Amino acid sequence: MGVNTSVTIAGVNWKNPVTVASGTFGSGAEYSELIDLNELGAVTTKGVASVPWQGNPTPRIAETYGGMLNAVGLQNPGIDVFIKRDIPYLKQYDTKIIVNVCGKTVADYVDVVERLGDEAVDLLEINVSCPNVKEGGIAFGQDPDALYDITKAVKDVAKQPVIMKLSPNVTDIVEMAKAAEAAGADALSLINTITGMKIDVHKRTFALANKTGGLSGPAIKPVAVRMVYQAAKAVRIPIIGMGGIMTGEDAIEFIMAGATAVSVGTATFRDPLAAVRIVREMEAYMERYQVEDINELRGCVDRD
Amino acid sequence: MAITKTMASVIRQECIGTGIYSIWLEAKEIADHARAGQFVNLYCKDASRLLPRPISLCEINRDHGTIRLVYRVAGKGTEEFSHLHTDHQIEIMGPLGNGFTQQLNRAILIGGGIGIPPMLQLAKELTEQGADQVKAVLGYRDEVFLDKEFADICPVYYASEDGRHGVKGTVMDAIRSYALNGDMIYACGPTPMLKAVQAYALEHGITAQLSLEERMACGIGACLACVCSSKETDAHTHVHNKRVCKDGPVFFAEEVEWA
Repeated sequence: MGVNTSVTIAGVNWKNPVTVASGTFGSGAEYSELIDLNELGAVTTKGVASVPWQGNPTPRIAETYGGMLNAVGLQNPGIDVFIKRDIPYLKQYDTKIIVNVCGKTVADYVDVVERLGDEAVDLLEINVSCPNVKEGGIAFGQDPDALYDITKAVKDVAKQPVIMKLSPNVTDIVEMAKAAEAAGADALSLINTITGMKIDVHKRTFALANKTGGLSGPAIKPVAVRMVYQAAKAVRIPIIGMGGIMTGEDAIEFIMAGATAVSVGTATFRDPLAAVRIVREMEAYMERYQVEDINELRGCVDRD
Repeated sequence: MAITKTMASVIRQECIGTGIYSIWLEAKEIADHARAGQFVNLYCKDASRLLPRPISLCEINRDHGTIRLVYRVAGKGTEEFSHLHTDHQIEIMGPLGNGFTQQLNRAILIGGGIGIPPMLQLAKELTEQGADQVKAVLGYRDEVFLDKEFADICPVYYASEDGRHGVKGTVMDAIRSYALNGDMIYACGPTPMLKAVQAYALEHGITAQLSLEERMACGIGACLACVCSSKETDAHTHVHNKRVCKDGPVFFAEEVEWA
């Protein structure tokens, strides 16, 4: 039985519903030695700002039970290098390109989005949820009015469809999802990492130089599934679900919660081939249960 | 450079010191491509431990397609590895990183603690290629390991914190008290040792290569977790943050700026 795994996000057709989570995959060049990027529905790049960012001091990473904390702090080469180097690199492959955009001010985001306007990019993902930078980032993603305003400012200049990447570090994810939709967002992606902390009891110090970091990995998956479910019930725009997906069945769980597509992030650190393996495992699930089209499964848990 | 991810068979593992283990793995593709100073990622079976453990190559046997790792049990991941026996399987990826740039002039190899193992393969390769006057300076806290293997290859000078082996003090004390000379220093060890080696090399006009350690996630240069401050701008971000896993772990001493 041939199964259909292609999905459409804001008018952009993906050959399968799997992309990689921003920041875990660079722009794909490092992983292309190990996996075929043509096998991915889309590649989501590391966040790019208007100018180069240094990122945070090290250590930037710490393992926790079933998860990990990171505080990389969005080190990136800035939009000039990105346009010259990373977009042409990704264009060699038959996969959709999602560029993750970060900034410190609304003007920063608008600047990057404008610069990308004439580039061969399929979708923009606006990072208003990074917990590891002092200015910008999450500040726009924790207040519905600020989220509305930045979404609107980006939408006003964007030539590509806009995905707003939401933070789980909020009281009510539904309010945030609705604010982004009301401002014209074409899609949502969630969840970004959950703010956490680890203390090294032997050294009596923080495990991360930044003290706090973003928790990812299977430890956060139930939180992510719940938030995707709540957001999907509240908005009509498509959702890219993520948070701790390690297997095809994990990905199916997000689809059943209401996501149209999924992102694989931390799993890639444990298994560099994870994203491609998950595509295969989703197909195997569909064959096992005789599901002809992945879109049949979306939000199915709530259908009577 | 070809990176391979593979299931490696354990040939044998033994405890060679308190909490120090030596494991030989069958990994032909990795052995074929590996160089001294490179490392491999070891993946835990326990799924609650997500991140690979980067461990340097202690020996590479290209004829047999095998690699040797010598590591210290530092946490639950390395504890898991320490229980592996002959014929067990472990998932590994490598070779990773750049390795040492080998030159055939007078070489001083400096290893401190668990930074000693990668120096063994380097000592072997340099002497096999006919490098001039290869000397090893090994610093231990107290208990020695791999000392006999080094002694079979080249002259070895010891330092230990308690003075039981060689000079009492650090590798730098050993270098000074034996008045060791060379044209190229290769060093791996704890950061304070590398800083001292760097200062010594710059002061004496000796070229030095330092193998750095940092917390890593991907191991291949994608996640930007393991950067070090560098004098020159880096190839990836064009700031001053070289990736220890990909641009390193070995850097020329004048390149490294300590944060």
